[in-house]
Amino acid sequence: MSPLPLLSLVIFAPWIGAALIACLPRLGAGACRAIALAFSLSTLALSAVILGCYERGAAGYQLVEMHGWIGALAVHYHLGLDGLSLVLVLLTGLIAPGALLASWRQPGSPRLFSLLFLLLQGAALGVFLALDFFHWFIFWELSLIPAYFLIRLWGGPGAGRAAYQFVIYTLGGSAFLLLGFVAIFAATGTLDFVELARMGADGSLAARLAALGGFWPKAVFAGVLLGFAVKVPLFPFHTWLPPAYAEAPTSVSMFLTAVMSKMGVYGFLRLLWPLFPAPLHAASPFLIWLALGGAVLGAFAAMRQSDIKRMIAYSSINHLSYCLLAIFAVSAASGRAAPAGDAAAAALGGTLLQMFNHGLSAGALFFCAGILEARAGGRRGLGDFGGVRTAAPVLAGLCGIAMFSSLGLPGLNGFVGEFLIFRGVWGLVPWAAATACLGLFATALFLLTFWQRVFHGPRAGAAAGPFADVGPLDLAVLVPLVALMFLLGVLPQLLTGLFNPLVASWAAHLSLP
Amino acid sequence: MNPASHLWVIPALPLLAAALGALTPRGGRRLAAGAAIAAMAGALIASCFALHAALAAPAAHLTCNFEWFRLGGGAVRLGWLLDPLNGLMCVMVSLVSLLIFIFSLGYMDEDENFTRFFCFLALFAAAMLGVVVSNSLLLLFVSWELVGLSSYLLIGFWFHKPSAAAAAKKAFIVTRIGDLGFFIGLVWLYDSTGSLLLYDGGRGILEAHALAGLAAPALAGGLAASTAIGLLIFCGAAGKSGQFPLHVWLPDAMEGPTPVSALIHAATMVAAGVFLMARVFPLMAADQALASAPLHALTVVAGIGAVTALMGAAIAVAQDDLKKVLAFSTVSQLGYMMLAVGVGSWVAAIFHLLTHAFFKALLFLGAGSVIHATHHEQDIRRLGGLGGRMRVTFATFAVGMMALAGVPFVFSGFWSKESILHAAMEWEVSRLPLWAGLAGVVLTAYYMTRLTFEVFAGRPRSHAAEQARESPAVITVPLLVLAAGAILLGFLGTPAWPWLQSQLTGAAVPSGPLIESPVLTAVSVILVALGLGAGWYLYGRRPRSDAGAADPVAAAFPAVFAFLAARMKLDELYALTVGRLSSALSWLADFLDRRVWDGAIRLLARLGELAGLMNGEADRDGLNAGFDAVSEGFRRAGRAYSRAQSGDAQGYLRALAVGFVVLVVLVLMGCSR
Amino acid sequence: MNALQLCLAFSSLLFAVGLAGALARSNAIIVLLGLELMLNAANINFIAFWRFSPSSAPATGVIFVLFSIAVAAAEAAVGMALVIAIYRHQKTIRLPDATDLKG
Repeated sequence: MSPLPLLSLVIFAPWIGAALIACLPRLGAGACRAIALAFSLSTLALSAVILGCYERGAAGYQLVEMHGWIGALAVHYHLGLDGLSLVLVLLTGLIAPGALLASWRQPGSPRLFSLLFLLLQGAALGVFLALDFFHWFIFWELSLIPAYFLIRLWGGPGAGRAAYQFVIYTLGGSAFLLLGFVAIFAATGTLDFVELARMGADGSLAARLAALGGFWPKAVFAGVLLGFAVKVPLFPFHTWLPPAYAEAPTSVSMFLTAVMSKMGVYGFLRLLWPLFPAPLHAASPFLIWLALGGAVLGAFAAMRQSDIKRMIAYSSINHLSYCLLAIFAVSAASGRAAPAGDAAAAALGGTLLQMFNHGLSAGALFFCAGILEARAGGRRGLGDFGGVRTAAPVLAGLCGIAMFSSLGLPGLNGFVGEFLIFRGVWGLVPWAAATACLGLFATALFLLTFWQRVFHGPRAGAAAGPFADVGPLDLAVLVPLVALMFLLGVLPQLLTGLFNPLVASWAAHLSLP
Repeated sequence: MNPASHLWVIPALPLLAAALGALTPRGGRRLAAGAAIAAMAGALIASCFALHAALAAPAAHLTCNFEWFRLGGGAVRLGWLLDPLNGLMCVMVSLVSLLIFIFSLGYMDEDENFTRFFCFLALFAAAMLGVVVSNSLLLLFVSWELVGLSSYLLIGFWFHKPSAAAAAKKAFIVTRIGDLGFFIGLVWLYDSTGSLLLYDGGRGILEAHALAGLAAPALAGGLAASTAIGLLIFCGAAGKSGQFPLHVWLPDAMEGPTPVSALIHAATMVAAGVFLMARVFPLMAADQALASAPLHALTVVAGIGAVTALMGAAIAVAQDDLKKVLAFSTVSQLGYMMLAVGVGSWVAAIFHLLTHAFFKALLFLGAGSVIHATHHEQDIRRLGGLGGRMRVTFATFAVGMMALAGVPFVFSGFWSKESILHAAMEWEVSRLPLWAGLAGVVLTAYYMTRLTFEVFAGRPRSHAAEQARESPAVITVPLLVLAAGAILLGFLGTPAWPWLQSQLTGAAVPSGPLIESPVLTAVSVILVALGLGAGWYLYGRRPRSDAGAADPVAAAFPAVFAFLAARMKLDELYALTVGRLSSALSWLADFLDRRVWDGAIRLLARLGELAGLMNGEADRDGLNAGFDAVSEGFRRAGRAYSRAQSGDAQGYLRALAVGFVVLVVLVLMGCSR
Repeated sequence: MNALQLCLAFSSLLFAVGLAGALARSNAIIVLLGLELMLNAANINFIAFWRFSPSSAPATGVIFVLFSIAVAAAEAAVGMALVIAIYRHQKTIRLPDATDLKG
């Protein structure tokens, strides 16, 4: 075990930054931004340290921190990191500084913005690292508050309503989640994820919940499911997402889509699936339909959006639905005979890759949409542009790479994840994979239509006049993301190597209790 | 030493040039073009070495497989493959690419995005060579999609033109429809065999063990899995190779610069589908052993190929755009190749692929030379009389035209087409492909004659045509080299000396008479003569007088000509079906979102508001009113009591005394009782 | 009529005089005097009942009276102080006018 409490540092470093900014009221705008950026980068720096001491061959939790906390509730301060968490921590570390850079020229108080943003970052990291429901749930809920204010105060004209809807909707979901866990605590007397996962695996959790009697076992499962379904979001609980992503300022859209949407998928993988293997297995045939609905209808709905950011938001729904589809397909097949193991490993590995890749590509796309919006004075309709590629070739090139990554062009990162997901889902539930292909088709259609209308053709709309190409600041955000898209497209083992033992152990324990 | 382990150099060289071109600023024209041409020359040399190595052992499939990444307990593996098929394709692709790169130096000279053009061209060459040399369907698919990407970028090279932007999108989307089928086939294949390597020392998907498993009747109706997988893979090939009904993108792709049309949409990329079919031929043919199957994959391939061959030739008859005629001719010729694969002779398909690459590239570059000289005039009605002004172009174009038309014995197209027709004749399932192929022969000779007379004969019918001069050497030299290839290549595979056939199959093919089936050859020669004669009769005897004059065929059969000129209305059909369907689906998805799901949430919110309202009412009228009344009573009572407290101390005392007296009286009364 | 009854009759008389003084007069000092008279009437009763009680207990009645006198003295002092304070405040010592404690 490492002498330094590395994981606590990862979580709390952004909060220390936030406290610093809060305590030094006379900081200038530039100093605020610099401090925020430095503390936001801490995640990346600490992840580098973690990568240094991370045991790649192990599937379990590493760098565990465990201290007694509230004895009466059997709550421990329990942190740990496995491949799943590591991938998401890395993603947060990459996207958060980029999002802060995206806010560099944004009007409004940089002090308050930096403070809220660092709070949000720390909360998200806490969700990915906490292993006890008590503080996990605190982080989970705490992430909503800064997000609300960031959308409300810096967002577009409809931001008030969008932020309100976002918070109320997700809070509503979390309420069911909380109720579910209260019932679990009542039944088992522990809130520790590791302990609960063990009880879920050997069936004793289900037995104890059944002892509560009546509809309780089903209600607990449904509550937890609903909490995560709203967060991801799972079709049809997604209607809060497009307005929230569209109205949020660019930097917050980036963070929301890249990191916060992963919290829900993380919940599915970390909690719902290990804790409720049997109910999830039973519900999977139905849930697969919902995931397909998100994948197909989300992509088709994107086709009809005229607002660029709304369109990207729908593409996020589509991409995350593939992740959920893979999880549900694996769950539907659990308990089947051994040959499903390969397909399950592919589906789960693809899900983890897709989570990371979607963060990169959707983050970059939102950033490009933000640049377009800024150049056009706040307009961001598909019809407000034309011929941008003539006016800003570098922006067009970088945005094009992000777009092709998002539509899963081989050679870029998006393809590997999608290929693995489809390969896995085909092996488990073939018809679902075939149907989901419609989503791939629609994604290509709407992204290329966007590209054609905005970047091609004669210069028109906002691009008719002077239209600046990307500046050094924009390059600082986009170039690392784009470079990673290429790198992970060619060498996915950089990422798969981190979580492969975990995925292998998941695939090996597919049996139902 | 395994030569396959060095194969990666061939695609890597142009890829490097593409990366260099992408990072070169707009001014670095020489650097980008020089790097691309040098890389292609290097790739050509490497390909020659590879071919040499492959020919040394034609039957062996030299492979070099490696692990890409580990997943779960297994790993995803990729690899390179070297055999005569690959080697020949490599040499062809890199040679044609090199020639077209050099041609582009002259053709794109005035374009401001010269460096970007060479970057994309090099990217294309890299991807295409990647398709050719990969030993893994996954790696092949990756390169395949990159080929599609570079095609998209190059069709939309003049993206400021809305028509080019739309054509690029259409090409990507239509091929993507086919590629999704390919993708599913790939996934299916991976799931059933656990590998995507073509040859892997007995464990590859094209080797006996895997094929035996796939050919078993596994699906409903007694179909073999390999039939379904083969057809799905064929979807991808059909999309790329412009087979009916996915051919609609190819004519529109002519919006790109002409060298692009020559390289990508005539010689190499569109042939990738045929190459893929030839590559996975053992898989496609696996279900032939299953006599009970209601459908064999190759039957479908032959049918689609025959339809495409005939349809493309028919539409080409009525096109007025120089490049569109050639585009539909390409569609038709690709149909012939697919037909050959379908009837089981993939060797004939590859033979035709190689000869077609040369003469079609030649025709497109000749067209490019014309277009360059006339400042982008492509309408054949407005050209004319160029034969005397552009002698080299005319001579080489005529060679290409005759090769395409299948003029006997001298030109390569004759030999490859004969081998396809021969294979079709020997097919046992049906004679229909043969009839379609023969009908295509006459149409091909006819429309090429029409095209040549319209462009080169008569007198110039526009100012641009009058001003035309012969193009510079950088353009004409590649034409000459390709013309030589268009003649000589045919002799590699004549029935009398079947060198190509024996190399490709890896087994000695006995040499036969020069003419295998005299009747068939006689028929096809007569048909070619018929086509040439009809073309001369209609367009050569009395060349068109001015640009506005009506086409003689259009005058005779206006409805048929208009239907063919409108490409058999297939684009409209797509707009009515796929287009309507997807926009309806997107409308539905959006409606569900905005009204149904969001509506449900709003309803929930309204219910919440209603509950709050009712709760508020109940509070105000029920609970609060009760509390108010009680506290008002207390207040009144307090006010009444406080009136007794007058502040008059004596008053209190008096009250005390009275009370005392009353007490005394009561006590006394109590005592008396 | 024995000696005890005489005493009680006397103290009743005294009490009545005091009560009449306290109730009827408006001068605060006179009222205070009336109060003192009533108190003393009570003291007489204490002495009388002690003196004529059948049990010869120690001098409890006397002690009670001593306490009572001390308390009365303190009360008179406080009462006088209040009267003076009222006088200072309102320039009168008529009780009907001193109604500031009205509720």
